[in-house]
Amino acid sequence: MSTVNLRIDRLGGVRGALEKLGAYLLFAGRLLLASPRAVLRPGLVVAQIYNAGALSLALIMFCGLFVGMVLGLQGADLLQRFGAEEALGPAAALGMLKQLGPVVAALLFAGRAGTALTSEIGLMAATDQLSAMEMMAVDPVRRVCVPRFLGALIALPLLTAIFITIGLYGSQLVGVQLLGIDAGQFWSQMRNAVELDDIAEGMVKSVFFALAIASLAVFEGFHAQPTAEGVGRATTRTVVNSSIAVLLLNYVLTAFYIH
Amino acid sequence: MESSATPAVAVDLALTGRSCAPVGEEVRDAIVSIEGLVYRAGRRTIFDGLNLAFRKGQVTAVMGPSGTGKTTLLKLITGQVRPDRGRVLVDGQDLGQLSREGVYAVRRRMGMLFQNGALLTDLSVFENVAFPLREHTDLPERLVRHVVLTKLHAVGLRGAASLMPAELSGGMARRVALARAIVMDPALLIYDEPFVGLDPISMGVVLRLIRQMNDALGITSIVVSHDVHEISAVADCTYLLSEGRVVASGSPDELRGSQSEIVRQFMNGMADGPVPFHFPAPDYETQLLGASFGNRAAGGGKVKP
Repeated sequence: MSTVNLRIDRLGGVRGALEKLGAYLLFAGRLLLASPRAVLRPGLVVAQIYNAGALSLALIMFCGLFVGMVLGLQGADLLQRFGAEEALGPAAALGMLKQLGPVVAALLFAGRAGTALTSEIGLMAATDQLSAMEMMAVDPVRRVCVPRFLGALIALPLLTAIFITIGLYGSQLVGVQLLGIDAGQFWSQMRNAVELDDIAEGMVKSVFFALAIASLAVFEGFHAQPTAEGVGRATTRTVVNSSIAVLLLNYVLTAFYIH
Repeated sequence: MESSATPAVAVDLALTGRSCAPVGEEVRDAIVSIEGLVYRAGRRTIFDGLNLAFRKGQVTAVMGPSGTGKTTLLKLITGQVRPDRGRVLVDGQDLGQLSREGVYAVRRRMGMLFQNGALLTDLSVFENVAFPLREHTDLPERLVRHVVLTKLHAVGLRGAASLMPAELSGGMARRVALARAIVMDPALLIYDEPFVGLDPISMGVVLRLIRQMNDALGITSIVVSHDVHEISAVADCTYLLSEGRVVASGSPDELRGSQSEIVRQFMNGMADGPVPFHFPAPDYETQLLGASFGNRAAGGGKVKP
């Protein structure tokens, strides 16, 4: 009997997960359909670019510098074993552009801006602000969710570019200034090895990551239980689901670019 | 007006006051009519054949014990939820038959005051009141300013226009929300527990405003409240809901004179009565003496001898 109950429970869990996935996809579609109209009120989107982007800038720059420094330190140590330390420039650049930059920036963004989006929208629901908008015949998806979605969508690729730039400076700082690798070789080899497609790959990845994080964060906030506990859980789900989505998408996109 | 599952209860009360809409008759001057409403939340039936009408120009109070369906009734009147059966007519339009845009069009003629004010916390008092105007009209900024300041003056908070919601007391927030609710000159104003958490002065101010707004602007007001004595002072008509149906209706004085147990319990704030003090539980003595707990919420599991 207990085995039967366990199976029914599992089936219920699968059904619940599928229902939630369906709800998310419908909501994401609604966001995308409503997005073009946001150009009529650019002020709302600009304010959200500031909230999601400018307010995450210090964190992104700080972490980018140290990720780049570690990359320079570890890369130089590894390459010196093969007598190829002059390859540090391209190794650091390709590592930052294709993998570390987009992925780490996205994970940081999910933790900083994604959670802020979820908790803000969740608290608006908990304090009846979204219901009040509904009662004023204002669609909260258009007025609240779409500007935040677009703000995050625009902010993350910009932050990723900054993260990569600062990261490369960090690699150079350790490799060239600290470990004494020739600066000319570092920069010239990097310039020779890196192509426009490599830069584009990182940027395309960051756009996909931004789509996933922004839509998940807004979805979780909008559908959060309107209680303190509910908003807390929704915020946690944003971080967990966004992180999983970023890592999953990164594998898929990397495989796509390699082939 | 009343309903429904056991009409004998309401007939026995005989509380069809002059100013309330008459029972079972078509009300020609109703702004909101509820006809044969059936609404279920999951397995629980909230309303089963409810009939109710709210007359134009009146302040109508809807009272009743917690969990009896008052807030659900407001959600049905505002089109936030749809009935399983029956009709909710607002100004003659059946909300159940309208599209989302249609419901929004009806809501533009409504204002609603939420329990906590529900002000938008990232906007100043001025911008909160201006919000519906900016969303629905293309009025020039000078006119928006004029209208907003007029409404804020009406609630006595013109001087607080530049404050943020976090800087307001509960009473002030409620008054700002009232200014926002009337900024589009609605025909119907709905109040959901407007007195919760207010000190006596703020409560008096909000009470006076409810009556003044209703009379000065020629609107209709529906007030859901537990505050029997306060709301009785301004309501033209009161409906008392219990278990999803109207058990009494009439003027506040008529309700106070009722011999019905449920009406008396509610109006006099008695702890026990038709609405029991104790949540259903197993036998007290059996439970204290350590027999098995009938219900896990009461402590869970079995007690070993």
